[in-house]
Amino acid sequence: MSAEHLPERAEVLRLAQLSVSFRTATGLVSAAQEVTLSVARGECLGVVGASGAGKSVSFLALLGLLPPNAYVQGSAQFCGAELLGAAARALDRLRGASIGMVFQDPMTSLTPHLTIGKQIAEVVVRHRGVSWAAGRARGEALLTRVHVTDPGRRMGQYPHELSGGMRQRAMIAIALACEPQLLIADEPTTSLDVTIQAQILALLAELKREQGMAMVLITHDLGAVAGVADRVAVMRGGRVIETGPVGVVLKRPRDPYTRALVDCAPQLAPERAPMPDTALAGSEPPLRAVALSLTDVSVEFPVGARWFGRAARLSALRQVSLELAAGESLGVVGESGSGKSTLVRATLQLLRPTTGRVVWMGAALGELPAGELRALRKDLQIIFQDPLGSLDPRLTVGEIVAEPLLVQAPQLTATARAAETAAVLERVGLPARLTGRYPHELSGGECQRVGIARAMILKPRLLVCDEPVSALDTPTQQQIVSLLADLKRESGLSLLFVSHNLALVQRLCERVLVLYLGRMMELGPASQLYAQPLHPYTRELLGAVPIPDPELQPARLSRVLAGEPPSPLNPPSGCAYRTRCPHAIPVCREKVPAWEAVDGARRVACHRWREL
Amino acid sequence: MLRYALRRIGGLIPTLFVIVTLSFCVVRLAPGGPFDQEQTLTPLVRANLDRLYGLDQPLSVQYGHYLRGLLHGDFGPSLSQRDFTVSELIAQGLPVSVVIGLCAILLALLIGIPAGIAAATWRNQGADHGLTVFAALAVALPSFVTGPLFALVFALTLHWLPVAGWEPGAPRYLVLPVLTLALPVAAHLARLTRVSLLEVLRSPWIRSARARGLGGARVLWRHALRPALLPAVSYLGPALAYVVTGSLVVETVFGLPGTGRYLVQGAIDRDYPLVMGMIIVYGALLLIFNLVADLLYGWLDPRVRHE
Repeated sequence: MSAEHLPERAEVLRLAQLSVSFRTATGLVSAAQEVTLSVARGECLGVVGASGAGKSVSFLALLGLLPPNAYVQGSAQFCGAELLGAAARALDRLRGASIGMVFQDPMTSLTPHLTIGKQIAEVVVRHRGVSWAAGRARGEALLTRVHVTDPGRRMGQYPHELSGGMRQRAMIAIALACEPQLLIADEPTTSLDVTIQAQILALLAELKREQGMAMVLITHDLGAVAGVADRVAVMRGGRVIETGPVGVVLKRPRDPYTRALVDCAPQLAPERAPMPDTALAGSEPPLRAVALSLTDVSVEFPVGARWFGRAARLSALRQVSLELAAGESLGVVGESGSGKSTLVRATLQLLRPTTGRVVWMGAALGELPAGELRALRKDLQIIFQDPLGSLDPRLTVGEIVAEPLLVQAPQLTATARAAETAAVLERVGLPARLTGRYPHELSGGECQRVGIARAMILKPRLLVCDEPVSALDTPTQQQIVSLLADLKRESGLSLLFVSHNLALVQRLCERVLVLYLGRMMELGPASQLYAQPLHPYTRELLGAVPIPDPELQPARLSRVLAGEPPSPLNPPSGCAYRTRCPHAIPVCREKVPAWEAVDGARRVACHRWREL
Repeated sequence: MLRYALRRIGGLIPTLFVIVTLSFCVVRLAPGGPFDQEQTLTPLVRANLDRLYGLDQPLSVQYGHYLRGLLHGDFGPSLSQRDFTVSELIAQGLPVSVVIGLCAILLALLIGIPAGIAAATWRNQGADHGLTVFAALAVALPSFVTGPLFALVFALTLHWLPVAGWEPGAPRYLVLPVLTLALPVAAHLARLTRVSLLEVLRSPWIRSARARGLGGARVLWRHALRPALLPAVSYLGPALAYVVTGSLVVETVFGLPGTGRYLVQGAIDRDYPLVMGMIIVYGALLLIFNLVADLLYGWLDPRVRHE
C-alpha cells in the first residue's frame, strides 16, 4: 500500500484507515479494514476486486448508506470535511448534490412507481430550490447530456418501460443533476449487455473528460477500469493490496493476487483461442457425427392479443439452422432480445418452435410422444443464468443434485443415489461438507457449480448453458468456464454455450454463431471469426469487449457505436442490423441478405461482407 | 389506466354469472326443501305450494326462470317470510349492514395504516412493541368477545353509548358495532403495512433515493409508501368478506336489523330465493371491492397496468 500524500493535487475525497464491520448474531464480521485511498479533481480511481472484497462497503460507509448494524471507524474527508459521524441533515446536503452515486442494476435502483422525469427533477428541486418546471427542464437537458434518445418522452416513462442501457443513463443523469464534485459508480455496467456496457463506460470516460469531476469506478471487471480509470486500487478480503497508476497496476502488477486477476480477465488474444484441447477446429469442418441439428427453426409469440382483430406476432427466432457434432462446442452470441434464450428453449423443446425441426441423434424432438421425450431429456441438460434463482430454496444441495435421479433412474437405492451425488459434487469441485447446506448459504460460484452438478449427474450428451456466468464476477466466471471445459474434455459431451460476451465464448467454443434480433448474422470457427470477423455486427460485439489493457482500451471505448437493438415487434426491413450498421447502404433497407457460405465452414448474412 | 379499468369491469359480468350458477346448484344440492318442517301440511297443500313457487318443475326450468327474473332485478319471493319478496327484505336490511361494514373498513384503514407506518418508522422501539402486542390481541379475540366487552365498558359502565339497538339517523348506535368489526381488520392492516414497509425500506431504490440526499420524510412518503401499501390493498377484498360474515355476529350482539341473519336463517329454512339473493348481493359487493383493490394496485404499481 503506498502512502497517498500528494499535496499539490486538489484532493476531493480522502479515506484514511477506514474500517467497516457488521454486528451479526455470530459476532462482529469485518467487511473492510484500514482502507486508505484518495481521489483528486478530474481523476478517476478504479476500485477492483472480487465480490465481497469490501469495495462497495467502503464507499457506502462514507455516504452513510450502510444498514444500521454497520460499525464504521477511521476517517473519510470530502473536500476537507469529515463525513463519518456527520449528522443526517449535513449528509443529505452533500448526497445527490456534491456527491453523485450510480448503482448496479438500474431496474431495482430506480423507484418503480415514479417516472424518470419526476426522479430527476426531484433531486434538482431538492438541492437547488428551483421550481418543478425548472427541475423538469434541467432533467430533460441532463437526459440529452447522457445521450438518451427522445428525452422528452422518456421523462414521462416509468423505469420498467426503458431498456437496461437507458435506465442506467437515466440513473447517471440523476447523479449528475447538481454537477457533483465526486461521482461514485458502483458496478455501473455489471447487469448490462456487453455492447451497452461499452456505451456506458464510454459515457463515463466522456463525462470525466468534459466535467472535470472526481470519479470512483467500483468494478470486478479490469477491462472496465482499463478504459476509464487513471489510477487503480485492488482490494481483497477488505484490504487495499495494491494502488498505482492504471498502466502500472495492470501491466506490471506487484501483488500476486493482482497478477492473477489480470491473467483471468477475459481478453481477445487470438493465440488463446481455441483452447489447446479443442484445437480440432481448423479451417476444415470437424468430421464428427452430427448430434443435434436445427433446420429452419422459427419461434413466434402472439403479443397484445385483443378481443377483436388478430394479435401481433413477435418473431423471436427466424429460420435458424445449425448443426452440432458429438463432442463439439458451439457458442451462441448476441445482445438481449437476440433470441439466444429462445433458441435454447426451442432446442430443448421447453417451447414448441412455430416452424422447423429439431433433431437429436436422428429423432425429431417435436414429433416424439411425451414419454419418449421425457426419457430422452436425460441426454439433454441445461444450466441457467441465475445461479441462486434456479435452485429450489427449500432443498439442500444434496437433494437438489440428486433430484434428477429420482425422475430418470427411480430404481436406484438411496445409498446409490448418495454415492452418485457425492461423486458428481467432487467432480464439479464442491467440497462434500456443502451437501447439507441450502442454496442461500452458498456463494454465486458455488451455486452455479450446484447447477452444473445437477445437470451432470445424468451424464448428459448435450449440455446447454444459458448465460451461465453473466451473474458472476470475473474470477468466478473464469473458474466456471474452466470447469465446463474440463467436463467437456473428460466426458465428450456437446456444448451449446449462450452468452452476450464474445470473450467468454472464445475460451470454450470451437464454433460461434452470432444472432441479432432472432436472425443469424454470422457462423464460423472461433479462430477465424475472432481473427477476421466478416459481419459488421460481429465487429461491433468484438469492439465492445472490455480488455484490461490501459493502452488500448481508451481508444477502443472512443470507437464504441451508439444505438440499441430495435424492438423485435417492429424489426427493420431488409437487413435487421442496418439501423445500427455504420456501413449500411440503400440495398440493406430493401433486401434481406442471403445466408451465404464463405470458404466451407463460414457463413455470413451481409450484403457487403466482400468489400468490408 | 382507463382501458385497464374498463377491461376489469367487463370481466365482472361473467364472474357474477358463474357465482349465480354455482350457488343455484349448491343451494339445491342441500337435502330437504323449504316446506319440510311444516308438518301439518297435507300432501295436496304441499303440492300446491310447490307448484305456486315453481318447485315442481325440473331444475333447468327453475334456473331459466330465476335468471330471467334476475335480469329484471327480481330476486323472487321469500319462502320463509311469505309476506315479503327477497328484494324487500334486502332493501330493509342492506343499508344498515352496508353502512356498518363500510364504516368499519374505513375506520380500519384510518387506524391500521398509520399505525403500521408508525411501527415501521420507530422499529423496535416502544411504539412498535406496543402495537405488535395490541395487534396480536385484536386479531386473536373474536367479535363475540370484544362486542359484549365494549358494551360492558362503554355502555353499562361509562354510559357513553347505547348498549344495543337501532334508530335510523342516530349515529351513536353505530359506534360500538363499527368499532367491534373494525378492530381485527385494523390490526391486520397495521401488521401488513409494518412488515411490507420494512421490506421496502431495505430495497435498493430506497438506498439510491437516500444517496440522492432526498431526506427521510420524502424517501418515506414519496419513494417507500406506495409500494408498501400493496399488501394492505390486496387485503381489502378478504377484509370485506370478513366484515360481511362478521356482521352476523355483530348484528346479533347489538340487535341490529341488518342482513347478516338472512343468510344463515335462510339457509336453515331452505329459503332458496333469500339465500340466492344474499349470495348475489354479497358476491357483487366482493367483486366490486376486489375491483377497487385491483385498480388501486394499478395506481400504486405502474408495472401491473401493462401486463
